[in-house]
Amino acid sequence: MKLLTLNFLTCARKTCKSLPAAFPLHPKDAELEVVETDFNAPFLRNILGRLEWDALKTLCMELGLPNLPPSAPEPEALLEPGAEMAELELERELEPTQTARDLHNLLLETGIKEGKLVCGNCGHEYAVKEGIANFLLPSHLV
Amino acid sequence: MLEYLIRFSQIHESFRKPELEALASFHGIDLEVLKYEENSPFCTVRLVSEKAAYTLISRSILAHAIYELWGVGTDYPSLHADVHARTASKSASYKDSSFRFTIDSYQGKRNSTAQRSLIESFKYFGFKGPITMNGAELQLCIFEDYEQKAEEPFMIYLGRLITGSQRQFMDKYNLKKRRYISTTSFDSELALVTANITHAAAGKLFYDPFMGTGSFPIACAHFGAMTVGSDIDSRSIRGKKNRNVLSNFHQYGLTSHLLDNFISDLTHTPLRVSRCLDGIICDPPYGVREGLKVLGKRGGGGEEVVMIGDKPAHLQEGYLAPKKPYSFNAMLDDILEFSAKMLVDNGRLSMWMPTAAEDIELGIPSHPWLQLVSVCVQPFNKWARRLLTYRRLPEAEIDQSIIIQRREYERDGTADELNAFRKKYFEGFKEI
Repeated sequence: MKLLTLNFLTCARKTCKSLPAAFPLHPKDAELEVVETDFNAPFLRNILGRLEWDALKTLCMELGLPNLPPSAPEPEALLEPGAEMAELELERELEPTQTARDLHNLLLETGIKEGKLVCGNCGHEYAVKEGIANFLLPSHLV
Repeated sequence: MLEYLIRFSQIHESFRKPELEALASFHGIDLEVLKYEENSPFCTVRLVSEKAAYTLISRSILAHAIYELWGVGTDYPSLHADVHARTASKSASYKDSSFRFTIDSYQGKRNSTAQRSLIESFKYFGFKGPITMNGAELQLCIFEDYEQKAEEPFMIYLGRLITGSQRQFMDKYNLKKRRYISTTSFDSELALVTANITHAAAGKLFYDPFMGTGSFPIACAHFGAMTVGSDIDSRSIRGKKNRNVLSNFHQYGLTSHLLDNFISDLTHTPLRVSRCLDGIICDPPYGVREGLKVLGKRGGGGEEVVMIGDKPAHLQEGYLAPKKPYSFNAMLDDILEFSAKMLVDNGRLSMWMPTAAEDIELGIPSHPWLQLVSVCVQPFNKWARRLLTYRRLPEAEIDQSIIIQRREYERDGTADELNAFRKKYFEGFKEI
């Protein structure tokens, strides 16, 4: 389960879902893996504005990963200066910045392979096995 | 504005125009359809430029190719007259180009002698370049449209090839060659068409909440989208060692477009409510080949923690969460409500929905935040499935006077009581 996906996940219980305490889920006994993927500038730029940056910072801290800057980088910081932002075709040829590479590595290459995700509100634990998280609930939590 | 000829495949007729229109709106191309009929593979359109024609068709699945229209007629004399009128200024610029002539007869046949004489009837072009079978600079094709069993075509076109489509990819993704499939895996051709109609593309995030073996995420990944999928059935995602959703992405070299898969139920989704999805595609369970179920205990109850020994059952290895049958209509409304909350402005939802043939005109589910874009029908013998595509309206376009009301559903009952389609399916679609 990649760290980017975790930024979009909260507790599956209806009573928790809208509560701030249920997001983000907290990793427990997490075994991390890094799987290399192709750098994808259009996607990274598109997704940047949809991230909850504070939740990402919390997650990095809880996983013992290096601290993130206080706020999300601007889309312009992803490509070397002088890049034509409007032209996707040109963009592929341009070099991503170190900021972009770090973000790609964190969001799209780093993931939880084994472990648990814990709701900060109800304490329910969701298991992650072989990178696949299970959000099914027992009937007393439905 | 210039005229172009699109050569469609004569299959999935009701999907062809929606795919074409979706590609036009995706690329922001002004498309004017001049002539289109469900029973013909030839369609003429007006477009602003050759570049627009190229862009429009280069990722189509149901079109074979697009041609610049050099002439059209109801017989050869009228075709030649039209060719003279249209190409007086054009053909000269190809004088020394390598070229190739072909004939494409729909529902008709010409032997090779007849083909040669037809091609030679165009020798007034005076092309001096070499004839090349592969990669000629100028590729002209004579198209003949016949009524069934007719001796002569009723319509003839001459076109210059601009570009082919991505139709060959339906073979690459053919289920027969896919390593991991199940009874519900979706045919590659219509999966790719669905991805086109839903505007899957590079930079976008697409989600399938009923992913099964991943047919739609793979089709979306082919067009460059990043994909997320989930399913209530953990076995379909995990599969077996080396044969699972991940191995399918590996097979096609698309792993960089697979964000994640997880196990969940749409009525208890862990996705936080935010406008984070560019597209949603799904073929929800009909309750025929696979159960239509959600989390919960049939007949209610189950509020207490189940213990095995001194430990709660749900915290133990191999625990399976109880599931109960679910109303088909409730599921459709849940999908719309979820999509309305999660899609970005103008993001699209495509949903497959089965219907008994006799009910084909019946209810298309609606939501005030979603605008129905297209309805395509794939007919089977006594039933059909429809592809419904919606666009998430930007806030400014939403009619705020419409109050969202959920229909009332049967809460509990047998699978048949909750799903009229399933009931009819197993009764052989007789009149009730």
